[in-house]
Amino acid sequence: MSARTYRYIGTRPIRHDGLDKVTGRANYGADFTLPGLLQGVVVRSPHAHARIVSIETQAAEAVPGVKAVITGKDIPETSARLALGAEGAFDLHDIGDNLMAHGKALYEGHAVAAVAATSIDAAREAAKLVRVVYEPLEPVMSIERAIAPDAPILHADMVTKGRPLPGTTGPTNIAGRMELKRGDVDQAFAGADVVVEREFRTSTVHQGYIEPHACVARSGEDGQILVWCSTQGGFIARDFCALILGIDAARIKVIPSEIGGGFGGKIPVYLEPVAIVLSHKAGRPVKMVMSRSEVFRASGPTSGTRIRMKLGAKRDGTIVAAQASLWYEAGAYRGSPSGAGAMCCLASYAIPNFFVEAHDVVVNKPKVAAYRAPGSPMATFATESLVDEVARAIGMDPIELRLKNAVAEGDHAPYGPVYGPIGLKQVLEAARAHPHWSAPLGPSQGRGVACGFWFNAGLSSSATVTLNGDGSAGVVTGNPDIGGTRVAQAMMVAEELGIPVERVRPSVADTDTAGYTDLTGGSRVCYATGMAVIRAAQDIAEQLRSRAATIWNVDRDRVAWEPGRPGRVIALDESPDGSVRPPLTIVELASKMAQTGGPIVGRAAVNAPMAGPGFAAHICDLDVDKETGRSTVARYTAIQDVGKAVHPSFVEGQMQGGAAQGIGWALNEEYIYDADGVMENAGFLDYRMPVASDLPMIDTVLVEVANPLHPYGVRGVGEVPIVPPLAAVANAMRDATGVRFTELPLSPSRVLEGLGTIAKG
Amino acid sequence: MAIVHFSSNLSQYTGGLETVSIEASRVGELLRALEQRFPDLSGHLESVAVAIDGVIYNDATYQSIPPDSEIHLLPPVSGG
Amino acid sequence: MRIQVETTLNGEPTTFLCEAHHSLLDVLRNGLGLTGTKEGCSTGDCGACSVLMDGRLVPACLVLAPEAQDRTVITIEGIATSEALHPLQQKFLEHAALQCGVCTPGFIVAAKALLDANPNPSETETRYWLAGNLCRCTGYDKIVRAVLDAAAEMSSGKAAAR
Repeated sequence: MSARTYRYIGTRPIRHDGLDKVTGRANYGADFTLPGLLQGVVVRSPHAHARIVSIETQAAEAVPGVKAVITGKDIPETSARLALGAEGAFDLHDIGDNLMAHGKALYEGHAVAAVAATSIDAAREAAKLVRVVYEPLEPVMSIERAIAPDAPILHADMVTKGRPLPGTTGPTNIAGRMELKRGDVDQAFAGADVVVEREFRTSTVHQGYIEPHACVARSGEDGQILVWCSTQGGFIARDFCALILGIDAARIKVIPSEIGGGFGGKIPVYLEPVAIVLSHKAGRPVKMVMSRSEVFRASGPTSGTRIRMKLGAKRDGTIVAAQASLWYEAGAYRGSPSGAGAMCCLASYAIPNFFVEAHDVVVNKPKVAAYRAPGSPMATFATESLVDEVARAIGMDPIELRLKNAVAEGDHAPYGPVYGPIGLKQVLEAARAHPHWSAPLGPSQGRGVACGFWFNAGLSSSATVTLNGDGSAGVVTGNPDIGGTRVAQAMMVAEELGIPVERVRPSVADTDTAGYTDLTGGSRVCYATGMAVIRAAQDIAEQLRSRAATIWNVDRDRVAWEPGRPGRVIALDESPDGSVRPPLTIVELASKMAQTGGPIVGRAAVNAPMAGPGFAAHICDLDVDKETGRSTVARYTAIQDVGKAVHPSFVEGQMQGGAAQGIGWALNEEYIYDADGVMENAGFLDYRMPVASDLPMIDTVLVEVANPLHPYGVRGVGEVPIVPPLAAVANAMRDATGVRFTELPLSPSRVLEGLGTIAKG
Repeated sequence: MAIVHFSSNLSQYTGGLETVSIEASRVGELLRALEQRFPDLSGHLESVAVAIDGVIYNDATYQSIPPDSEIHLLPPVSGG
Repeated sequence: MRIQVETTLNGEPTTFLCEAHHSLLDVLRNGLGLTGTKEGCSTGDCGACSVLMDGRLVPACLVLAPEAQDRTVITIEGIATSEALHPLQQKFLEHAALQCGVCTPGFIVAAKALLDANPNPSETETRYWLAGNLCRCTGYDKIVRAVLDAAAEMSSGKAAAR
């Protein structure tokens, strides 16, 4: 990467969509309406595991204002699979069954029927009158129960994918198993000076986006369907609907609304196909909005986990062996991020010998969805807690120990490939040099540090840049903007064309208007869609050269594009009369578009390889009240290799937001179920996410090790920051109390139990 | 010749072989050649991501493979 | 049985019809088309529907619509003047204090209530005042900075005006 100097990249312009968002004008999922709109309500199972014996809808249909009632029978059972680079392949049979149960309700909150009526009151009343007869079955609520020999089986046809445990026969709740290994683990442990081993547990937690799932669907008499919805990808929402319902993609137009947070949880569809079917049946548009309780009980949180891990090290701090057994709850259908957890948990360290096994286990909880670096935080919690234990055991500074073992370019990742340029060592050096690391602690405080890794996705993206007659420009992509990607895209166009950011208008378009683009997720938008945007702008620059050649009546190769301020083309030779041609600016060329050949539109499409890994280190000071068990984060610093920060404020924002989510995961957040498998805390009062008074300012340090796959060196930034906090907090708790906590969250009662103040409940 | 490394999940279909040298100029050819050599691999390479000298590609059927590349076959991962 | 309610909404006399059990949030969003006030939970826990009622900060989801009778209600749509953004809105933009933006209207309304009551809040006072508003994207850092910066600018502006 040459030391390119940037005019706009790295600055902090105001986002173009900001005004609408601070004035309340921006339209989110629930803000859309159509004439004749009906309101849809879902009927949900009160049982965590039950056979559906019968569903009687006549009483509901008789409620005045009710226009349609549907059940699982109205959602086709499909065997189609959507092969998406993203998660491999989505099993549409499972997604369809999750939309509405066909034979069994597999978690409390599982949809069993839906109603559309002229008012929300009528729809709710009718929903209460849908009579469902259930045959309750024993709910499987833990990994222990799921893998017990006499456990109820959720899916009679389930076999273990991947590398099954030896001796597995017959139906099972273990949906998948994967192994990773290197070297000779037993011999390496035998030769280690220090061996630490513990079992860790984390709870089911939710992404906690503030905007509930919401959509409006209209199925027209001509078979054309319009869907307005809050989604992380208009195209994936469209394709899910098309494949599940057996409709041509060309008949469905998805207009992605502004999205009020996703973090992975708005990749799947929950309402959209149901709303389409209701609309089709009623002949009118239907709006569906989840309540907060429904979001908790019936969207996709991330896995509760049980992880056993062992590390062996030499007295000089060299980690020589690792062994881990990961068990992740998938919820009701296969597909936990256990495999990603296995690939991530040792990715920060060059360990010559390891064996990792990861299990995907179905239980009677909502099917998990992606959640920011899915799978990595829990497994990394185990690793980074044990690395802290090793540092204590041999009396070594925890950052020094991590530096000694940290991976660098040329090392092989535990999942196989060789690392290109990566920034973990630079990140750790920056952590050690940060004043936070050497600041004195208060009497009831402890300090912890932890590292984290995430892959950062690539995938398919396209972009269109249009030059206007006055030299301003528009850029259109298909990625819903969750955290400032539009302004970043405008900055890229500005950089390439040498026009001010304010003169570039970025838009998120619907599926009829934008070129195909994979979802907003995997920290990929600024990298992969950014690549398409840069190339589309460069396409414009190439066209400007041709137009200048036309004006000057010279060969195109006699004209060069000179980016900069303002963007312009220059002639490489003199004109026939011997005079030097004055350059033509982009504004002049834009004003002559019609005369030189018509409109100037730049297009590009990419299928980008994965962006290259991101690494972070976080430092946490925790203040622990040993009388009440309450702990408070007193100081927090996040350091991360971000590749190249296009808009540093939004990069910092990703780091701060990820840290805050991780802190919530560590300290308070958990799904609590009663003995029947019913969620007891499905609301923001009892599912306790961090609020402003729980947190300090979150300091950030941006390390920039350029990613060679991107023209500016961008690598993904959004997901890595949720990985280190779980262990950074737990290590700080260990430092403050002398007690190693291995189970999250570190709620006051658990802390008091751990300190021996109160008996274990 | 590219050197292909199998994960433990895939080596159960290669008779335990963890590394193999294969002559192939593009990813699609490589995967077909592997399935020919190890018929049990059939059906298990459909959704793999392919790392060529450390760069991980999805849907990479026509991606060219430089000589003496190091290839890893991985489960695909995207994120949240 | 529908109830007719007369209120003052963002400075305008406004009359609406509602059922007795409808919340002010229902009426603002669905009856009056003011969708800037967001619904995050409907249990008063997230603050996305924060509005000012007679100058007091309330979650519109916990206010029954008929309670707005003879009251003054300010929503996010009433914070900016036709000439200019409120300094809080401007500072939220400058500090990049929003990512997805769905909690932003509630935060701006809540922060306005704070600055109306306490023009020079400390960081701690700001954090506790805003503890009724959930943001899942920002970790609150840039929000708190934006509010403190707006407070500073508004006080210095007032000082200059005197």
